[in-house]
Amino acid sequence: MFQRLSLPDMPRGSEVSFRFGEQELQAREGDSVAAALLASDVLACRSTPVSGSPRAPYCMMGVCFECLVEVDGVPNVQACQVPVRDGMRIRPQHGTEGGR
Amino acid sequence: MHDVVILGSGPAGMSAAITAAEYGLAPLVVDEQPAPGGQVYRAIQGTPLRNRTLLGEAYWQGEALVDRLRDTRIDYRPATRVWQLTRQREIGLLRGERAELVQAHQVILATGAMERPFPIPGWTLPGVMTAGSGQILLKSSGVVPQAPLVIAGTGPLLLLLAVQYLRVGVPIAALLDTTPPGRYRQGLPHLPGALRNPRTLAKGLRWLRELRHAGVRHIKQVSSLRAEGDERLERVAWQCHGQDGWKTLEASTLLLHQGVIPHTQITQALGCEHEWDARQLAWRPRLDEWLRTDIEGIAVAGDGGGIVGAQAAELQGRLAGLGAAHALGAIPAGQAAKEAHRQRSRLARETAIRPFLDTLYRPAPQWRLPADDTLVCRCEEVTAGEIRRMAELGCRGPNQTKAFTRCGMGPCQGRLCGLTVSELLADANGQSIEETGYYHLRPPFTPITLGQLAAASQASKALSAGPGASPPSPEPH
Repeated sequence: MFQRLSLPDMPRGSEVSFRFGEQELQAREGDSVAAALLASDVLACRSTPVSGSPRAPYCMMGVCFECLVEVDGVPNVQACQVPVRDGMRIRPQHGTEGGR
Repeated sequence: MHDVVILGSGPAGMSAAITAAEYGLAPLVVDEQPAPGGQVYRAIQGTPLRNRTLLGEAYWQGEALVDRLRDTRIDYRPATRVWQLTRQREIGLLRGERAELVQAHQVILATGAMERPFPIPGWTLPGVMTAGSGQILLKSSGVVPQAPLVIAGTGPLLLLLAVQYLRVGVPIAALLDTTPPGRYRQGLPHLPGALRNPRTLAKGLRWLRELRHAGVRHIKQVSSLRAEGDERLERVAWQCHGQDGWKTLEASTLLLHQGVIPHTQITQALGCEHEWDARQLAWRPRLDEWLRTDIEGIAVAGDGGGIVGAQAAELQGRLAGLGAAHALGAIPAGQAAKEAHRQRSRLARETAIRPFLDTLYRPAPQWRLPADDTLVCRCEEVTAGEIRRMAELGCRGPNQTKAFTRCGMGPCQGRLCGLTVSELLADANGQSIEETGYYHLRPPFTPITLGQLAAASQASKALSAGPGASPPSPEPH
């Protein structure tokens, strides 16, 4: 789905490791959690409470609330609004897990 | 008690803060992003795209503002979200797990724009995003879509994104242009105004030329559009005006865009008077010549008060900052009036291109009033057909359909369906959009836990006990 550009004069940035569900993934410092998931080819970050359909980040600016995930045990976190940190444990949020 | 609290650190918020500080005030600027710039200058300090030709000079213009935000009189707080603002100007802030309440004599809302909802069949599939989101990923992380990429819609941001992708070497399988036929002819009477801002006009023409030279497949007069796939986007299908049959293209990413609208969540929740802008097809708060709302001490600068663009937003920030300084007696009335007059003249010149752009890129009805099977409310999965059925049953406004269908009741609080639902109901009931109205919104504007709310409530009691302040104590929800 998404990939990182590698242009000649681009700073590489330091790498951070995080978990999404059972997967151990890498990102760049400064990425939002949503950017980190998209760059790691994660297809969906949650499923809806109504039909269970898969959803992924949509607006990346805090408006749509499609990227809700659980971060370090806290549910309903907007993945696009939170910088990814080393050792972060992120879980997809399925159905009504985040409350309704 | 703060002199002035500014919500948002895009061009309007930054320039409001800088101006207020110039007149000796100590503004507090809060922004939900981790760094200043808003969406237009997003990640300007940290972007990995350091080669200035890639994102373009207009982007790097934001540096001057970001530099001046370092003024020691300005208290700039990033990664801070606003969950409440009352008519008494008590503001609920949330940073990490810490909630707090502050009070201000003057509040300037610089909350900017959001992308106009673009409801098409399949727009909730993973792989379908907005052009704005593509640009944010590019600016802040250097992350770009893998091929095949399709970009669809209308408006300057769509063209800019396409040009930026070309410059960094991202191939575009197709640009599906939904600008309806006849828009250039309709825009023609507004061309003299546009020529008062030749810089912006020339920029747009340059982008179009760049796309043409690169040989991007630019498909014009697209009249229907669908995103298709099982569990994720697999194909984009479209029809063009005057042509039968659907064409399809394989795609792993589809980026949609049909202009931006004022992000009015806070002004609507405050109960500010709003008006329907028939040319921009959006709600905006009614503002006076100082950009003040009808609520004492609360002003709006930048795109949140009507779409004006980054340059004009900066000028409006100056005007609002000046207004706050004037209201607080930090500047003599005569000087304030003179300076305001100067800013308003510059603003008139800068915004003279808007009628042309608004007319040229006005989305056609089918993109605003989707077919019955299209989801309108992404959160609660309510279709356009259900809204129309509610109209048949007698629903006149969006608060009624909300009560019956939950449309607008999900986590986004109607941000992505509100405009569509108002337009659908107005159309179905044969009434004006003003009669139809908008959602009644309430705080919190952002998710907040009971623990955080309780902590903020304690802080509020301390605030109430302080001298000169008498905010109402918030009731836990």
